[in-house]
Amino acid sequence: MFSRDNWKEIFETIRKNKLRTFLSGFTVALGIFIFVSLFGFGNGLINTFDEFFQDDATNVFFFFPGRTSKPYKGFKSERQIEFDNSDIEDIKKNFPMALEYITPRITRGAMVRYKSESNNYTTRAVGESHQFAEKTIMMKGRYLNTLDIKDKNKYAVIGRLVEQDLFDDEEALGKFIDIGGSMFKVIGVFQDDGGDNEERMIYLPYTTRQLLEKNNDKIDQFIVGFKPEIGYTGAMAFERSLERYIKEKKVIAPDDENGIFIRNMADALQQNQQFAGVLQLIVAFVAFGTIIAGIIGISNIMVFVVKERTKELGIRKALGATPANVISTILLESVFITTISGFSGMLFGIALLSSLGDTLEDYFITDPYINTGTAIFATIALIIFGAIAGYVPANRAAKIKPIVALRDE
Amino acid sequence: MIEIKDLHKSYKMGSNSLHVLKGINFKAEDGELVAIMGSSGSGKSTLLNILGMLDEADSGEYVLDGIPIKNLNETKAAKYRNKFLGFVFQSFNLINYKNAMENVSLPLYYQGMGRKERNEKAMKYLEQVGLKQWATHLPNELSGGQKQRVAIARAMAAEPKLLLADEPTGALDSTTSYEVMDLIQKINDAGNTILVVTHEEDIAHMCKRIIHLKDGVIVEDKKVKQVRAADYVQQG
Repeated sequence: MFSRDNWKEIFETIRKNKLRTFLSGFTVALGIFIFVSLFGFGNGLINTFDEFFQDDATNVFFFFPGRTSKPYKGFKSERQIEFDNSDIEDIKKNFPMALEYITPRITRGAMVRYKSESNNYTTRAVGESHQFAEKTIMMKGRYLNTLDIKDKNKYAVIGRLVEQDLFDDEEALGKFIDIGGSMFKVIGVFQDDGGDNEERMIYLPYTTRQLLEKNNDKIDQFIVGFKPEIGYTGAMAFERSLERYIKEKKVIAPDDENGIFIRNMADALQQNQQFAGVLQLIVAFVAFGTIIAGIIGISNIMVFVVKERTKELGIRKALGATPANVISTILLESVFITTISGFSGMLFGIALLSSLGDTLEDYFITDPYINTGTAIFATIALIIFGAIAGYVPANRAAKIKPIVALRDE
Repeated sequence: MIEIKDLHKSYKMGSNSLHVLKGINFKAEDGELVAIMGSSGSGKSTLLNILGMLDEADSGEYVLDGIPIKNLNETKAAKYRNKFLGFVFQSFNLINYKNAMENVSLPLYYQGMGRKERNEKAMKYLEQVGLKQWATHLPNELSGGQKQRVAIARAMAAEPKLLLADEPTGALDSTTSYEVMDLIQKINDAGNTILVVTHEEDIAHMCKRIIHLKDGVIVEDKKVKQVRAADYVQQG
């Protein structure tokens, strides 16, 4: 059945029936190609969603002050809440178990100047642990440290693009830049996965910023990092107790939704992962449908092929082809075509995916890829089911009496 | 060579049953060239199909070269056809995407013969029918007479015990018909047993024996003096 001669006979038939070969091959190749691309795009979509969260640490809460919406304990509503340095100290003191770090953040825009170059940048006045919350990566020099905060040093850590804009090819470390009228020494240059905006930031010690602003102790917002080992439920409980504590301290009604705002990254990540999971399910469903459509397509072609070859098969039977000969002629030919075209469709799909890379990032598709195992599994499934689907008409053709087949015009 | 006893065959046409063969008895010896004649509907093609194991009889006996042909499954029938029988059809029935040589070698392929050997053999038979130089041509590049000669070469390639020809000249003009009959006579001269179904008197008289079929029974079975087709073929 698998002799060299048999294969030669099959190759010859394939070579001499180009349209038929093309039709069945194209259907299979297209089916696999669409499956691979679709699956890859789905994975690309999931990549994008993951990336939204890769930029920052996920074990953090962001606390923002708000304006109360309810009168409480003698205070009127519409009261502006403000955070200050004592809040940081109190949280450090009261939550040593779950707290990993806490850092304030005071955001200001400023005109920044070096020699003749100047530009507007966002500055963030922060504590030393802000580096972990933002996942800031140092390229050279160092980040702000505890001493800088304590001494209220006029030090600045600038983003990669700030260095590029202001210093061109010059070395930025150790140089002094003018930030909103005060001179700061550049002690470090950083990069960040969060994109260009993140790399146009300038980090300053928050104490220095407070000193410049009439030596106050106000804080825009603060970021709490919790210990990862407390887990998701622990994080949710920690968030609730922090909220309760701050509300009590700031005299905000416990049921007031607007006094303070908390953004819980762990919660957002959890939701994101659920969303990605649903997305994957939908993609898998559609891809599965494509494979089914491919199988139906190849079955239809097999019916057509057998119909077209009825007379030929009748001649072959008259000349001594057994039913097994007839079935193997049809099946081996179809399996051969589906294998070749299936794998080339798969390779085309994989080639397309790997050539795309980041080009579709604007459409939320990043680095689309497909597991080689998944792709090969789908291809083999299509080949096997194609063969099963082809067996039915092949078997019927083998059973037709030669005399009936010969009459077929 | 062939022995047939009380062969019956009927076809179902809706609720009616059409009794085509109503008890056929005859014998044919080795090396005979028999014409089976009859008007259309007389059952001659049906008889040939049964003899060729392309169709099955409802009842009766059929012995081919001492082997009783009965209760055949498809696989067995295919093997017998391959080993014992060669077919020549009115409409040639060549495979249109295979060239002359490949068509001739096809029965040998199903015998399991190697490619080189069967191509050599196919060339030998093509040479015998005078088409050696047409070996690489596809059927649609050949004339009707040439196609039938390729078909005869194909039927002979497997060296069958019995050659069955169903209206071999039915689709050909008279000159070409005589050429084909000349070839069939030569093959018969070499000792092969041949059955020819025809409704043409002149073709029938080029055989050695004529069996007349009418309404499913043999009405006449006579030996005739063979007319040599070569006398009608233009020489040169």
